Amino acid sequence: MTAVAEAPVAGAVPSFQVTLRLRRFNPENDTEPRWEEHTVTMHGTDRVLDALHKIKWEIDGSLTFRRSCAHGICGSDAMRINGRNRLACKTLLKDLPLDKPVTIEPIKGLAVLKDLVVDMDPFFEAYKSIMPFLVTSGNDPSRERRQSPEERARYDDTTKCIMCAACTTSCPVYWSDGQYFGPQAIVGAHRFIFDSRDEGAEERLEILNDRDGVWRCRTTFNCTDACPRGIEVTKAIQEVKRALLFRRV
Amino acid sequence: MTTTIPAPRSPRRLRGRTNTELYAWMFMRASGVLLVILIFTHLFVNLITGDGINALDFGFVAGKWADPLWQVWDLLMLWLAMLHGTNGLRTVINDYAERDQLRLWLKVGLYTATTITIVLGTLVIFTFDPCPPDAAADLLPSFCQVP
Repeated sequence: MTAVAEAPVAGAVPSFQVTLRLRRFNPENDTEPRWEEHTVTMHGTDRVLDALHKIKWEIDGSLTFRRSCAHGICGSDAMRINGRNRLACKTLLKDLPLDKPVTIEPIKGLAVLKDLVVDMDPFFEAYKSIMPFLVTSGNDPSRERRQSPEERARYDDTTKCIMCAACTTSCPVYWSDGQYFGPQAIVGAHRFIFDSRDEGAEERLEILNDRDGVWRCRTTFNCTDACPRGIEVTKAIQEVKRALLFRRV
Repeated sequence: MTTTIPAPRSPRRLRGRTNTELYAWMFMRASGVLLVILIFTHLFVNLITGDGINALDFGFVAGKWADPLWQVWDLLMLWLAMLHGTNGLRTVINDYAERDQLRLWLKVGLYTATTITIVLGTLVIFTFDPCPPDAAADLLPSFCQVP
């Protein structure tokens, strides 16, 4: 750690050295992904994303990763940080063990395009297949579709999803079998299945009753641990299973 | 070039509209609970009651299988344990064997082994005779009445 010459100011943010071990892959030059380490000086208020920015802006401009809002809402910067799927913009450096390098890899189970950027198409395809839109029948009502607070609360948890893919790419079944819908698609389906205004529940349940649907879930809770929004993903999957068992929505 | 767009709200074509995976999942739960009861009672009766483990021998098994209750009990254990284990391995193969050919052959092997074990086991439970009439006298257990 480099000592700062001046006397420490009361309330000053402590600074420290962080070594980031990055999984790099440039499709134009590399045949295999490689590891690269960078040591940067960061502050106690900095997040992993800030360290990545510092590397990209000051050391190596070729480092590639996704980020948009940088505040945990857009869901662009999910990555494997020390082996766990996290949002780089919601993970504070001071909460990580800094005596060892911080390992940063792209999320698993999706093809790496460059460095930390993966091909999200299979993920969004799975989401599309569960029909993530309101399904109704009959004439459009002349006023808004009413819902009681209790009916709204029934699926509140799964409305929080930001589609960062942290859950789906933390699932061991998804890693080894690209056919599984994955936790996020089931969360997306849950949000509509348990919505009192929606009438497509039967169809969505039928889709998730597929060989590659909810029954592939092994209840490992990786998805619940990974979700940066704190959605109880495994619980949502279990609720869909229960709805299928009893056909009672 | 014309593209056919399906009519709005037409039901999606689903491959294999079956409940197989649902039933398999339910079977795992139900057989698991049943097996806990069956196996622990089995262990208790064989190892703890009476003379306990010292009483276990050929004659003990022969005596149990003379009783229809234990025949059915052991048959249930055999079938449930084999099917429970086979379904568990089936899901492991589905999860981890990525190549179609490998998955197919692993499952063929698995189902063959299961079938052989279940058929043989069932046969033994129902046709078991501790004193076959045409066996050599020195091979028979002591309780058999040698003519």
